Amino acid sequence: MLDDAASRRDLIKAVAQEVIDHAEELTALDQAIGDGDHGVNMKRGAEAVLADIDNLAEKTLPEGLKAIGMALVMKVGGASGPLYGTFFMTLGKSLPEEPAPADTVAAFEAAFQAVMARGKSHPGQKTMLDVLAPALECLQADPSASAALCTKVAEAAEATIPMLAEKGRASFLGERSIGHMDPGARSSALIITTVCKTLGAAGK
Amino acid sequence: MTKGNVGIVIVSHSADVARGTADMVRQMVGDEVPLAWCGGDPDGGLGTSVESILGAIDQAWSEAGVAILVDLGGAETNSEMAIEMQPEERQSLIAICNAPIVEGAVIAATEASGGAPLAVVCGTAEELSPA
Repeated sequence: MLDDAASRRDLIKAVAQEVIDHAEELTALDQAIGDGDHGVNMKRGAEAVLADIDNLAEKTLPEGLKAIGMALVMKVGGASGPLYGTFFMTLGKSLPEEPAPADTVAAFEAAFQAVMARGKSHPGQKTMLDVLAPALECLQADPSASAALCTKVAEAAEATIPMLAEKGRASFLGERSIGHMDPGARSSALIITTVCKTLGAAGK
Repeated sequence: MTKGNVGIVIVSHSADVARGTADMVRQMVGDEVPLAWCGGDPDGGLGTSVESILGAIDQAWSEAGVAILVDLGGAETNSEMAIEMQPEERQSLIAICNAPIVEGAVIAATEASGGAPLAVVCGTAEELSPA
């Protein structure tokens, strides 16, 4: 899986493009309950990654993930920069060059824990963790259940709509945060779904 | 051997807020305290940037340490990230003050100008925060 530069390049390109294509939607979600910059910020990060894609794809999988994380930290701004940056950097630190399914699950768990620590948060507070937590459970149950994972993360993002925000700018709104999907949950779902679909289409 | 005064870094989502806060600090304490500010995302819009925070920490660096004043969530998360990216020997000498950015910066700088150690600088500013 992802053992050649071409397949890593395809995956990076697909994920970055998906984020860019949904920038307006993410911004609209963030305008409802945050400061309205999530789409713009994530797009800036994705564009920074695309600008360096040849170099990133040439790196080994762990080194490439670390470099992507660092690019997001430096370029995204907002809280999502360090949060997504931490996620990808931890994946890179945790994965071996040729990961078995169990390695992927372990790395995902490490990255999930690192995002919790970085955000001083836990699932149930209307954040990206409300997508990452069920995604991890799904992977732990069956690391190859790509279709199930796509369904799970879409449902999990939807499930943030009735939640009360307890973290970030949305928490300032109190009960008015109820009734809107969390933008970070949506972007996490988009990224995970695109990874599954791209790897699935490549027969990996 | 003196280590000098604790430095102050101001991190706001708005460059105008950060600059204005720094102006107030300068008027209160003059040039006795190393001071740096940053505000705005990597494109210059409202937000914060790890790269700018790293630069501000360097600019305000003091052997006595650096106290960082932040406004909203992303400023704190990005400042924590910037601290972790510092060399290890520096990390324990940098603290984020849980205090209102303007009042906290002024109080922290006033304490720092009197030679107070980092813990006192932050502690005094944090007394401004609601319990």
